[in-house]
Amino acid sequence: MTDYSQTLIDLGYIVASILFIMGIKMLGRPERARRGNLVSALGMLIAIVAVLFECCLDFTWVIGGLVIGSAIGLIAARTVQMTSMPQMVALLNGFGGIASFLVGWENYHSQPDNTLFVRVAVILAVLIGGVAFSGSLIAYGKLAGKISGRPILISGHRMVSIAILAAMLIFGALLVYFEPNPWLYAVFILFMGLTLALGVFGVIPIGGADMPVVIALLNSYSGLAACAAGFIILNNVLIVAGSLVGASGLILTGIMCKAMNRSLGNVLFSGFQAVAGKTEAATVQGEPKPITPEDAYYILEAARSVVIVPGYGMAVAQAQHAVRELGEILENNGAEVRYAIHPVAGRMPGHMNVLLAEANVVYEQLAEMDDVNPIMETVDVCIVIGANDVVNPAAREIESSPIYGMPIINADKARTVMILKRSMAPGFAGVDNPLFVNENSRMLFGDAKETVQQLVAEFKES
Amino acid sequence: MSIGLLIFVFVLAIFLGVELISKVPSQLHTPLMSGTNAISGITIVGALTATGSGADLLGTILGTAALVFATINVVGGYLVTNRMLAMFKRRGEEKK
Repeated sequence: MTDYSQTLIDLGYIVASILFIMGIKMLGRPERARRGNLVSALGMLIAIVAVLFECCLDFTWVIGGLVIGSAIGLIAARTVQMTSMPQMVALLNGFGGIASFLVGWENYHSQPDNTLFVRVAVILAVLIGGVAFSGSLIAYGKLAGKISGRPILISGHRMVSIAILAAMLIFGALLVYFEPNPWLYAVFILFMGLTLALGVFGVIPIGGADMPVVIALLNSYSGLAACAAGFIILNNVLIVAGSLVGASGLILTGIMCKAMNRSLGNVLFSGFQAVAGKTEAATVQGEPKPITPEDAYYILEAARSVVIVPGYGMAVAQAQHAVRELGEILENNGAEVRYAIHPVAGRMPGHMNVLLAEANVVYEQLAEMDDVNPIMETVDVCIVIGANDVVNPAAREIESSPIYGMPIINADKARTVMILKRSMAPGFAGVDNPLFVNENSRMLFGDAKETVQQLVAEFKES
Repeated sequence: MSIGLLIFVFVLAIFLGVELISKVPSQLHTPLMSGTNAISGITIVGALTATGSGADLLGTILGTAALVFATINVVGGYLVTNRMLAMFKRRGEEKK
């Protein structure tokens, strides 16, 4: 290959990197997000075309792999339900992780004369990629309901995790320090197995409601794994793209942690405490006041401003279309309707936004917590649908509460609060919610979707 | 390419990433995540290099497996993100 064509290939990588940067920047702005995604896809295409000019002597396997992967990706993306989006994102993320893991393995297998630096990169790609893969698979299982969403701990969980880490440290040091040989290859295979085990042990003790943090973090890992793969093949485009993803994932993780007023360490390891002993929760005094859909209709009929607070319960009941219908009826009735969305409502960052957008709720009606809290006192009715901890005033008022300090949507400040809930069971945090027994709170017990449909029917009959 | 230069690029890109997305409306958290997730499929470049240079059969198989997974990540990731973003509508825009 002449120097000239190599320069062209490098130029392709530079253009691809620029398109990734522009694409990510645009993804952060509502009006340009869709174009941003296309820009970054174009960058990916250019990077792939560029590498095809320098990578391959035999295209049989290359074309086969590209065709099979594209077909699976295409079908999966076309057929997945919007309600299954959290587990889809987790699964795709896992695939990115395993790809970097396999790139590391292939390199260790095929290039025994690697430098020390590349061996470090191989170990990192396998480690981060492996954890991203198996961790994402566990997250996928939890989100898809294939494994319990509650924290799962085996006996001696912490000891086993520490043992895995210690073994990995020793194996990793051996693999980096010595040149590959058949004996070390066995160690390498053990090391790969341990990275997968580490991802499983790391994610399985984390409860479903903490999944937004976990997904964001795993997203970051798959980027960093790609980055490590870039150090293996000494290619800047992987390093740029991978570290952009790594950084964005970390920022999203930080936003999620902040929205729960918890540290990352607390989210990752609190499953251990859950078993060690529950923190004392203030007991709530008072009786909830149940009402019928008919009573609720009279309250809503007179309301001039309504705020709807959706939570994971809305996703479980698949109530988003019914909720949108109710919202439209209330608007036609002369009320101003807004949806207040807590950053960690649901099972992934932005989960509620996606569901409501699917149900054709317009963007302007979706309000963030900080925008809606200041006006809450002027709101006639706040309808809480399947949300609990994110509207729990104990987070604001009761210092002994485990969720004290978590920013919440101040639903209790509305003139009337209507809570759609299956039962009086506490939310994920296991904390009683004083909101349910407040003077201005009314409970509508039952399946969220059915209850909302009954409300819609009440409006239509009148 | 020298190792120092690669690390230099890495550090700068991390800082750039932090600056790019320090403030994202929660509206876009999911698309941002799945869109960046598609970008992490850039490891497809590594997978192509590995597949094309596989020293023996196992090497080629490992590379091809990496390629298949990375391609699913890239194609699925971009399409799913596009599908999601297409749903976000402003008032007055045509509804399906």
